[in-house]
Amino acid sequence: MSDVFAQPEWDRRTLLRRAAAVGLLATPAVSMLSACVSGGSDEPQDQAEGEKSNTNPLGVDPKAPLEVIIFNGGLGTKYATDVDIPSYNKLYPEAKVTFSQTTEVGKVVQPRINAGDPPDMVNNAGAGLMDMAAIVKAGQAQDLTDLFNAPSLDIAGKTVKDTLVPGAYDQNLFDGKPYVLNYAFTVYGLWYNAALFKKNNWTLPKTWAEFTALCDKIKAAGITPFAYAGANAAYYQYLAILTSAAKIGGTEVLKALDENADGAWTAEPIKQAAAAWAEIGAKYSDRKFAGLRHTEVQLQQNQDRVAFYPCGSWLENEQAKDTPAGFEYAVIPLPSVTGADKLPQTAIYAAAGEMYYASSKGKNPRGGMEYLRHMLGKANAAEFTKLTKVLTVVQGAADGLTVSPGLTSGNELVKAAGSDYFGYRWPDLYKKLDTECQAATNQLMFQGGTADAFCARMQKAADAV
Amino acid sequence: MRHGKYPFIIGFLAVPVALYVTFVVAAYLQTFQLALTDWSGLGPITYVGFDNFVTMWNDELFWRSVQHNLFLLFALPLLTIVIALVFAFLLNVGGGTRGGITRGVRGSKLYRVIFFFPQLLALAIVAVIFGRVFSPDQSGMINGLLPAGWGPILFLADKDLALLCILVVLVWQAVGFYVVLFSAGMGSVPQEIYEAAALDGASRVTLFFRVTVPLLWSTIQVAWVYLGIAAFDAFALVNIMTVERGGPDGATSVLAMMIYRNAFEFSQAGYASALGVSLFILTLAFAALTLRVTRRDAVEL
Repeated sequence: MSDVFAQPEWDRRTLLRRAAAVGLLATPAVSMLSACVSGGSDEPQDQAEGEKSNTNPLGVDPKAPLEVIIFNGGLGTKYATDVDIPSYNKLYPEAKVTFSQTTEVGKVVQPRINAGDPPDMVNNAGAGLMDMAAIVKAGQAQDLTDLFNAPSLDIAGKTVKDTLVPGAYDQNLFDGKPYVLNYAFTVYGLWYNAALFKKNNWTLPKTWAEFTALCDKIKAAGITPFAYAGANAAYYQYLAILTSAAKIGGTEVLKALDENADGAWTAEPIKQAAAAWAEIGAKYSDRKFAGLRHTEVQLQQNQDRVAFYPCGSWLENEQAKDTPAGFEYAVIPLPSVTGADKLPQTAIYAAAGEMYYASSKGKNPRGGMEYLRHMLGKANAAEFTKLTKVLTVVQGAADGLTVSPGLTSGNELVKAAGSDYFGYRWPDLYKKLDTECQAATNQLMFQGGTADAFCARMQKAADAV
Repeated sequence: MRHGKYPFIIGFLAVPVALYVTFVVAAYLQTFQLALTDWSGLGPITYVGFDNFVTMWNDELFWRSVQHNLFLLFALPLLTIVIALVFAFLLNVGGGTRGGITRGVRGSKLYRVIFFFPQLLALAIVAVIFGRVFSPDQSGMINGLLPAGWGPILFLADKDLALLCILVVLVWQAVGFYVVLFSAGMGSVPQEIYEAAALDGASRVTLFFRVTVPLLWSTIQVAWVYLGIAAFDAFALVNIMTVERGGPDGATSVLAMMIYRNAFEFSQAGYASALGVSLFILTLAFAALTLRVTRRDAVEL
């Protein structure tokens, strides 16, 4: 399974083994050494395994304890403690599930990986998340092929893989194999206050001309038409720029970025999109947003001082406490930039996000996978959506739920898009490019940058990868 | 007595030395080792020789970070020591001599407490507070106080001002401690010297430059080293206060910030270790240089 990646360890491990054999090193010293730096290059420890059956397709040991660790952020942890863990315990009442939560996943989990004692199921999310590609490369993530081929928890006759929305499975792949579950289905667009727009009789823009015309009206009303948080959330904006680029030139534009193809960043659609957005930044936003944080900008939107805000569908839940009564979150797809866009105006950026993985070197990797199977049950997924106001990758799980205006609006966005949604993964694959692009985006939007400079700068950074 | 001397000394030293070796020396040695690898922070380790150092040499952000560190290294001790010396002088001697006793300006006891306040706040809290002070819209303290139409000044979002903002906060935070340090130093200067100087008609300025500074020289020297080392750090403020953490566009990036991001965000622990080695060498060179350059015969009291 992880043979491909484990190769380089082999030499050193045999060497140590031989050294121990001739008695040069005492066994405890060996294990200490490798625990210090090497990060679990130990032999896999005894891992729990039970009988496979129809209800237990992954061969979970029903008595083996399971440890899950959940990132405590915008989604909270209630979905784990109140939905998924009880669901697991219902099937395996004798298994003791240990739950813990953290806001700094990397700081808690990474030392435990290096000590050879990782938690069985890890929610790798938040600002302090670990580089997933590095975890997979280090052979620390369980191959989830068995999980996706197992029968679904509560949809008869379908495998787990069949129950996912189209395209979601592919986002879990590393070199063709699934090592992670991206669970939340996030849709991106321009968020606004439906109540404010209704009051002012503002019609929602479908073309760029309509967009700028509306921005003029909004500006005349004394409201900043468009803003994003440059201080720590410039990636909301580069996502918007690249969404526009994909609409102009089709999804190949984004694929080229993921593959880091030659000249991917200087492609014409990206230039056009950057130019269009640079104008919005210069005319309809304000330089001061370069120094504000996402919470500050979102608060200003709640106070009706900012009209449009580019963001993902977690926004409504994140702002739940600060949203005043009468504020109605709603979302629209980005307006078409040219009259000849390759994708329709309803096309959206939608991505499976929020990573969950089972530790391959933990004590109970099968239990970890089984836990993920429970998360992917349709009823459990619906509960998740109810608790977090975030859609999941389980198809149709949110249909018929009326939880909040923002969620309904997001769900409509997905339906209108049909199969025209897309995403990219380059920020996860090349983390330094992500940092570079945030700086380049702020330059473009707030510091009078040009589309050409933006593209050239990104291409230079991409070439250096 | 002589017989039991070594066990006695060893008994005292064993624990601190063991702790130091485990948590400082061993960690440094491992950093030097990891600097020669391409370790991601997880999993297998491959040695790559001096590749990391070559990358570093060609890394434009590395050189800018070093420049920022050097700027802080120059400006932070200079400003802090000058301000702290002036304050300490005013608090202790500035009030002139009355009844044969030199004293500070009126209310100096109260000022002493106030100056020390910033030192009591955790650095993270200071960073958050000043983040608000420098906020680029009307909610920011300074921008809020500006008359309408003046503004807004972007501060941390302005490439030219961002590093100065960090410097201001570093100085603000450090001054209190050095006021106390210099006050203690001045307290040990015998009254008679000031008295004699005053009788000879020395003004306050002359007192300051001809008496106080020379007698405090060794204290100032220590302060310079401490502040220099603090200037090599500056991580907490940069991490919490600045936009894009080290931005805008690398304008406030410092070595410590680069190390952190490479180690924990870009999964390049090997490269981060190489940066750590360069920081280690820079700090060491600075300390050695300072102690050598400022060596000057101490004035015997």
